[in-house]
Amino acid sequence: MDFGRISRRHLLQGSAALTLGSALGARSALAADTTIGFIYVGSRDDYGYNQAHAQGAAALKKIPGLKIVEEEKVAETDAVEKTMESMINLDGATLLFPTSFGYYNPHMIKMANKFPKLHFEHCGGLWSEKDPTNAGSYFGYIDEAQYISGIVAGYTSKTGKLGFVAAKPIPQVLRNINAFTLGAKLANPKATTQVIFTGDWSMPVKEAEATNSLIDQGVDVLTCHVDGPKTMVENAARRGAMVCGYHVNQSPLAPKAYLTGAEWNWEALYPKFVKMIAAGESIPNFYRGGLKEEIVKVSPYGEAVSAEARKHADDVKAKLTAGDYTIFKGPIMDNKGKAVIAAGTDRGQKDPELEKMDYLVEGVIGATS
Amino acid sequence: MTTDTADGVEAVGVAPAADPGFLQCHGTTIEYVLIPGAALVGALAVFGVFVALFGKNPLDLYFYMYQGAFGTWFSWQNTLARAAPLILTALCTALPAQLGMVIIGGEGALLIGALAATGAALALPSMPPLVVQLAMVCAGMIGGGSWIMLSGGLRQYRGVNETISSLLLVYIALAILNHLVEGVMRDPASLNKPSTREIGAANMIGSIPGTDVHWGLVFGLIAAVASYILIYHTVFGFAARVAGGNIRAAKIVGLGVGKLIMTICFLAGASAGLAGMVEVAAVQGRTNANLAAGYGFTGILVAFLARQNPLAIIPVAILLGGISASGGLLQRRLGLPDASVQVLQGIIFAFVLASDALYGRIGFLKGKS
Repeated sequence: MDFGRISRRHLLQGSAALTLGSALGARSALAADTTIGFIYVGSRDDYGYNQAHAQGAAALKKIPGLKIVEEEKVAETDAVEKTMESMINLDGATLLFPTSFGYYNPHMIKMANKFPKLHFEHCGGLWSEKDPTNAGSYFGYIDEAQYISGIVAGYTSKTGKLGFVAAKPIPQVLRNINAFTLGAKLANPKATTQVIFTGDWSMPVKEAEATNSLIDQGVDVLTCHVDGPKTMVENAARRGAMVCGYHVNQSPLAPKAYLTGAEWNWEALYPKFVKMIAAGESIPNFYRGGLKEEIVKVSPYGEAVSAEARKHADDVKAKLTAGDYTIFKGPIMDNKGKAVIAAGTDRGQKDPELEKMDYLVEGVIGATS
Repeated sequence: MTTDTADGVEAVGVAPAADPGFLQCHGTTIEYVLIPGAALVGALAVFGVFVALFGKNPLDLYFYMYQGAFGTWFSWQNTLARAAPLILTALCTALPAQLGMVIIGGEGALLIGALAATGAALALPSMPPLVVQLAMVCAGMIGGGSWIMLSGGLRQYRGVNETISSLLLVYIALAILNHLVEGVMRDPASLNKPSTREIGAANMIGSIPGTDVHWGLVFGLIAAVASYILIYHTVFGFAARVAGGNIRAAKIVGLGVGKLIMTICFLAGASAGLAGMVEVAAVQGRTNANLAAGYGFTGILVAFLARQNPLAIIPVAILLGGISASGGLLQRRLGLPDASVQVLQGIIFAFVLASDALYGRIGFLKGKS
């Protein structure tokens, strides 16, 4: 993987660029009329996945000389191919961010082959050697932030019962559920996470039902992995439960109930990408990172978070940010009693085995199928 | 579109003096052009007011709509590519409408057709592409056709309302698709986006030479023309229209109504199933949840706007394809939310339905009785 080759120097440059803020735009090597296109699968004010990307786009809008064009609610069919082409042909976009998972293959790959001189950056895809070199995929190890949420949730819960409203039992989601549970068990070894899969990314009615049903079963802290956490956050807060957010900071929706949350940090990453292109560097085709690389972040703690919880969470966060902490450290048992990571095996964040996760760890109540 | 109709209105204003006999002779035909055209102009005018309320210039709106839908060769291709599946799914509503049935489950037939076509391709791994493609067409049509036949059969033999049953069957089709794609048909390599295996690049049907528009458009045109001939120029079609006009009269003259219903429902479902096959063979290359993009539901709108006439479906599908193609430009240039395009579709739909009341009531088009 090329990831190893993004040296510390690049990252330092990236953060320096961020600190410089708008000053960088004035000295940028980008042409004055550089146009960047963002495509979202849902609405860009969903308090969730799409809003996180729109916040990244908004960070780029502050840089002089860049023109940002955005289109929301674009289906994962040839509609997204046509949207990309339309942005290229009618708006002159030279860098495109089709941000939904289903845009990658075949749609973005097809466009990258068709327009070999333009750049395409995809969120969540797995770029491989057979894909075009002007295409790239980036993603964040957001399970690190979920782990911190888990610690806070474990301390805050009075019943020891946590709830997780999840979309589908796919590796990225399972990894979040497992990291959240492992974090909670640091705080309270007896804590359990009850998970409900709604079956799809945006199912507000089912998400509300799942939230209510979890609370009815005694769950008092909830989190989620769906496209728009708004439904879960608002319903849980109304019922008097505490919440950990996801994708973006949802504390404006529930200021009292919001403990913390796992957030994307696209507003740091996207300016970094633009800076790299302006400097004539190529963005690694396979780009990953977590708290350390500033691709994900943790929401500020809410007032209900105890001092003890804050201290423990901050401590682990500091270790993760320094890069010397492993979440998936053996021995780890799944919830059927099978050892999934043997004692003595450390699965670091970049371990490809974690990308294939198909189990729920001990302490999770629920099944993957 | 706008200017054409404006001219038409003017011509009507002038023509009676010059040639009073002509209008009466062709009154019905003129009505079919004039009334929907006027409804469209009315809808666009109301949408213009709606947009003006948001502080945008309606003239910009019309210009961008024209540019995004029909202004350039690229825009035309964008429009036609979006129109292609709509022609086929609209037939799924328009054909049963000849029998007086309101079928709104084209989306379900599309999904089942796509699944069947994918299954056929995966079952024939080493056959020549032409054989595989033919098998996919047959499987898609049989799959989709049988699906709508279920609704037809429930109506004919069990007295179940076909509108409700066809709609509910959509959700069953989606559940079957998700079940198979996340279960037995899942490609183990599709980690975070459960999908079937790919049908293979060789088996893809590709685009019409010299364009970016896939062959689904040609399939749609053939199906629409064939449906028109079937309904208006064959004994079978005549029988169907008789049964649609008065089912008891049809039974008294000895028409096999059950057979008519089942055959028409099969043909209707086969069209939508073919649309599903095209989505797999020309766009996605495999089956996954992306296929549920709503083409089946937009098809209902197309069929009603075309007053269930198979030939009129073609221009209406192109019009709606154009509206959705220009939707992106409205978002990017005017900053309108995606929902504005849905508002426009809704306004058009309301105008066209309301304009139904005008047929045969326009004084100067009435013949002397």
